[in-house]
Formats: sequence, structure tokens, C-alpha cells
Amino acid sequence: MDLMTLSCIAAFAPLAGAMLAGFLGWKLGRVFAHTSAIASVAISFAASVAAFVQVWHGASLDSELYSWIVGDGFHLQIGFLVDRLTVTMMCVVTFVSLMVHVYTIGYMADDPGYQRFFAYIALFTFSMMMLVMSNNFLQLFFGWEAVGLVSYLLIGFWFTRPTAIYAGLKAFLANRVGDFGFLLGIALVFAAFGTLDYAPVFAGAGRFAHVVLDLVPGWNWSLLSVICICLFVGAMGKSAQFPLHVWLPDSMEGPTPISALIHAATMVTAGIFMVARMSPLFELSPAALSLVMVVGAITMFFMALVALVMFDIKRVIAYSTLSQLGYMTVALGASAYPVAIFHLMTHAFFKALLFLGAGSVILALHHEQDMRRMGGLRKYLPITYWTMVVGTLANAGLPPFSGFFSKDSVIEALRASTAGAHTFAYVLALGGIFVSALYSFRLLFFAFHGAERFESAGHAEHAEHDAPADPAAEGGEEAPHEALHGKPHESPWVVTVPLILLAIPSVAIGAITIGPMLYGGWFGSSIAASRTMEEMAREFRGPLAMALDSFASLPLWLGLAGLAIAWYLYIARPGVAAVVKRKSGFLATLLEHKYYLDEFNDWFFARGARRLGTGLWLWGDKTVIDGIMVNGTAHLIGWFAGRARRMQTGYIYHYAFTMIFGVFALLSFFWLFLKL
Amino acid sequence: MIPLNYYLVLGALLFAISVAGIFLNRKNLIVLLMAIELMLLAVNLNFVAFAHALGDLSGQVFVFFILTVAAAESAIGLAILVALFRNLRSIHVDDLGSLKG
Repeated sequence: MDLMTLSCIAAFAPLAGAMLAGFLGWKLGRVFAHTSAIASVAISFAASVAAFVQVWHGASLDSELYSWIVGDGFHLQIGFLVDRLTVTMMCVVTFVSLMVHVYTIGYMADDPGYQRFFAYIALFTFSMMMLVMSNNFLQLFFGWEAVGLVSYLLIGFWFTRPTAIYAGLKAFLANRVGDFGFLLGIALVFAAFGTLDYAPVFAGAGRFAHVVLDLVPGWNWSLLSVICICLFVGAMGKSAQFPLHVWLPDSMEGPTPISALIHAATMVTAGIFMVARMSPLFELSPAALSLVMVVGAITMFFMALVALVMFDIKRVIAYSTLSQLGYMTVALGASAYPVAIFHLMTHAFFKALLFLGAGSVILALHHEQDMRRMGGLRKYLPITYWTMVVGTLANAGLPPFSGFFSKDSVIEALRASTAGAHTFAYVLALGGIFVSALYSFRLLFFAFHGAERFESAGHAEHAEHDAPADPAAEGGEEAPHEALHGKPHESPWVVTVPLILLAIPSVAIGAITIGPMLYGGWFGSSIAASRTMEEMAREFRGPLAMALDSFASLPLWLGLAGLAIAWYLYIARPGVAAVVKRKSGFLATLLEHKYYLDEFNDWFFARGARRLGTGLWLWGDKTVIDGIMVNGTAHLIGWFAGRARRMQTGYIYHYAFTMIFGVFALLSFFWLFLKL
Repeated sequence: MIPLNYYLVLGALLFAISVAGIFLNRKNLIVLLMAIELMLLAVNLNFVAFAHALGDLSGQVFVFFILTVAAAESAIGLAILVALFRNLRSIHVDDLGSLKG
């Protein structure tokens, strides 16, 4: 089967599954819905793997499927670009999607919106595939917007809960802000290159390296820098970089399967993928790369700190995701695009694993999410526990798990980079290693070790969640649930098998693929070459050497230090954590309020917009337009007429006098000025 | 000989007095009519003065015309005055303000 057919199958099969589950699911039942969705995604996965094999042997595809608009110098199309980068993404996306689909059978078993959910996640898979397989900016944007839409639909899946609606809207709006920049970038590309297809744009980028744009008179910017910065703003929105990251923790309002699929493994990585795909452009713009690195560094470190104070198990993992996205972004900023994609891939596996594992815990405890009401679960949920251990070790970046190879590669890239901010980013990255080990093991120990606190869960009011809970909501994770009777038991096989299947790559894929992917020229022409990668290739001596070398370098010991401190705080001396929090006072409050960014956004943008609107209405509309311009003109004319009216006195002698005076003036005028 | 200017100045003075008389007068409508007559008379004086100075008789002939018109017009004016008095019962000028805007 040729690549074009495989691509069409891989892209459109999930769409077919979504249509079937969505339109016929309510009638034909749950089994039909999940079978059609899972079968379609499985077919898509098989096609992706087949495409992968073909591309591995040298095939590639960049052609049009359908001409949409053909005008004068204006050609918009639907097409596929299938090269090494694409097939990597395709396999990751379809594999994780398939795991999540199977998992959902168990997780959403007692939810009334079962078929709708499957329709949405299959639709998401289709959108993401269109995004990664696109060969032009417009289709990329279509996929971009579509994943944003499906994310909104899924975050607000339990639409009777106001917090879910609010979170969905917040996600969509934050994405929109990013999309505004993204659209500006795409428009600039079109204005400069005259086409939206990747191939001509990348080929011709070099010609524009010295073209300068006059943004404000006297303030010149390189055109490519402006384009890349605008495109990156889009990535900031989609991949939740500071300051557009505020939507991702709130997106935990959605069911756990989508937190795993969308907000860990696939949608949020769309921004990273996009920058890697645009590497020929970004390589020509050091300014944009510096911005990328700085933003990524800030996100990487400061979001990790917030994860230390969160008690909702999903929010800890959400902030962890934010931090790891920051790692990918700094790798992009260091021009080490393959490293970023490598970390994207390993992260997809272990983060999805962590989320699904957390979901398994939530399921076992009858939808309890607060870690303070967990503890000692490792006896009751062994498979979940051991897979979570694998995920945690990968997340903390300890060898020989996949997370170690990818995170260490990011650190190496920062050291080898020549970008201006690389020292700043390097220091923050090291700090981030320590913090991520700390919060990862904090989660593990809090939830699975120690004293069992879930017995009292059913009697307590849950008013301490990080999100405002709504007692009147139904069918959700924070709704008044029946108390847990007896002990929790392990989740069904549809839940645990995906966990195991995701644990395997979390262990192995790092060591196996680091050589070929980063240094063996796997990405070939799909990613632009850079000095950073060459520098790193010189120092690389194989995965085993890398793992052994790590014992002589700082990151590993920082990670182990994090593990040790977490063990001390949560297993050895559990009371110490509360003392530390009290002593750190202001700092702890700052972290708990997530740096007050939500409050700031609400005050400045939301209320600011309302104040602006009210101000414009009262002053602009009522006072100026209605009062001064409309009413005022009429009033002025009335006043003037009132004055002029006094000339009509009704006395004939006044009129006679005026006539005489007029004749006199006229004669004088003629005699004095015209000499008649 | 009396210089021409003297006659012209006299005519101008009479004209000015009558114009002042028109709008300085508030009390009596008859005074208004008298002032109009005086205006016409001043013009007549001007004509005669020029006729005498230039030795041209046309000026004096024209005075005849003006006198005729003046007479007719004062007849009509007085008739209007009488009709007005019958209706308004007053000849006070300030009472004629119904055209006031």
C-alpha cells in the first residue's frame, strides 16, 4: 500500500469512527460506540506503523489530496507531508490515543455521556492527525483549531458543572489569544512568500534572511524574526507556556482520560511539533530562539514549584506537564529540535501513564482526587502502583528509564547551545530536575505509602479541593459520592492493560531510540541542522555510556536528592512537611495561589474589559455621541434660533431702520471699495 | 450765491432727522407718517438744489412727481391709520407688535 493511501486511512479512519459513535451511538448502544471508535483508532495506528516502516526505508510523501481554492496566485489545498518527523508523531499520537480509548471503557463505564465521549476522543485523534500530517499552514491551522475545539468540548464534558464550563471557556480563550499571534504569523508568511505550502516556504526562507520589516517608523525587525515570534505565540497558547499556561491546570476539570490524551501527550505537544516543523525558519532567527528559550525556562522552573503545594493528584501531574513542556521548549530554543521531539515522545508515554494511573486511583476510591484522603494504596492497587513507580522514575529522570535520556539530552543541549540565555536556562533546568524529582516522589509516597487516610473520606465535606467544588453538580469527580465501603480494589483489565502497555515504552524507548533518533540522522531533512546538535553528537558515546556518565554529573545527584527529601518528608517524618509550609509563609501562599496569575487575569483582562466596555458606553456613547454630537447639535441650533428670533420684533420702525441702514451700508461699500 | 453744499447739507439733515424720527418715535403713529413726509421733502430739496445749480429744469419737474406721490401716499397712510384705530383703539406704535417672532 502506498504512503498516500496509508496516510488517508490514518487520518480519516478516526473521523469515520467519530461520526459513527457520535451520530449512531445513542441509538445503537454503548458497545457499538466504543467498538467503532476503538476499531477506527486501531486501524489508524496500524496505518501509522506501516507508514513508519515505509519511511524508515526511505519513502516520503509531500503531495496534495484535494485542491480547495485556486485563484490568481492563490492556491489552498488539503495535502499530506509524511516524513520522518511526521511518522514519529503519528505513531505516538495513535498509540496513546488507542490506549486512552481502551482505558475509557473502564473509566467512563457509568457515565451517561459514554458514546459522546468516544465520539469526541476519536474526533480529537482525527484533528491531531490532520495537524501533524499537514503540508501547508492552512491545514495546520485547521488541525490546530479543531484540537482546541475538541479540547473545549471535552473539558466541559460534564457540562452541568459550572467549574467545568468555566475551565473549558478559559482554555478556549487562552488558546485564542495564542491563535491570534499564530494567524498573524501565517498571514505574514503568506504576504512574504505568496504561498502557504511548507515546501516552497522552507526552500525560499534563505532569501528572506536579511529582509527587514518596519514595524514602527525607525524600529526595524528582521521579517523572519517577526514571523517566528508570531508563530511561537501560537505555540505558547497551545503548549501552555508562561503566561498563557493558566488554562492547563483548570483543564483537569475534564475526565482523566482526556487529561492523559490531550493535556499531556498530544494537544499540548502540537506547539512543540509546530516549532520543530518550522525549524528551517527558526534557525534563521536567533531573536525568536532566544525568546523561545527564555519563555520555556520560566515555565520549566516556576511551574514545577507550584506542583509542590498542590493536593489534588491531577493538578500535581498537570503542573508537572507544564514544567516538562518547558523542557521541550528550551530544547527548541537551544536549536536542538530532535531532542525536543525525543522528550515529547518519552513524555507522552510516561505522562499518559501517570495520568491514567491517577485515574485508576480515582476510580478505585470512587472519584476521590485529594491526596490527603489517600495513602497506603500500594497494597490494594498493585498493578497501578508498580506502573506508577515506573512513570514516576521516568518523570524524575532517573536512569535507565526513558525520561532520563530525554531530560539529560535537554540539559546537554542547553550546555552546548550558544544562545544568549542558555546559562539562565541551564541553571533553571538543573533546579527543575531537583523539583521534579521532589514532586514526583511526593505524589507517589503521599498516595501509595504511609497511613491509610481514605477511610474517613466518605464522611468529610470536600471543600478543600483546589478548584471550587459545586455540591449541586451531578455525575462528576467531585460530586457527593457514596462513601467508600470496605477497601479499594484494583481496577478492571481495560484500565490496567493500557497502564502496562504504556509502562513498557516508558522504560525502554529512551535507551533504544536515543542513538538513532538524535545522532543517527533519523530526522534527516525534516528538521533543519544546527550547531547545537553537531556539538552534542561529538560528545555522545551511546546510551550505556550516557547512563554511567551521569553518576559523575550534577543532574542525577539532584534527582536523587529530590527523591531522598521526598522520602524524608513523606515517609520518614510526615509531620515535617506541615512545619516547612508554615515556616515558608508567604512563599507557600504565593505558590498555592499559582503566583496570583489567575487573580491578575481576572482583574486586568476580564474586569478590565468590562470596565472598558462600561466606560465606553457611559462616556463614549452616552456622553459624547448621544449627548454632545446628536443632542448637542440640536440644542445648539435651538439656542441660536432663540437668539436669532429676537430680530423679529414685530415693530415696523425697526424693520424700516434696518432697511435704511442696509442701504447706507451697501452704498458705502460700493463707494469706498468699488469706486462706482 | 448760496453754495450748493449748503442746500445739500440741509437736505441731508432733514433726512437724518426724519429717519431718527421714525425709530425714535414710540408714541404716535401720526408722527411716523409726518416723518415719512419729511423724508420725501428732504429729497425734494435735494432735487431743486441741483436743478438750480446745474441750470437744468428736470430736477424741478421731478419734484412734481414726487409731491404727487407723497400726497397720494399720505392719503392712503391716513386711511390705514383710521382703519387701524377703529380696530386697535390705539395709535401707540408699540402696540403694533403682532408680527413679533
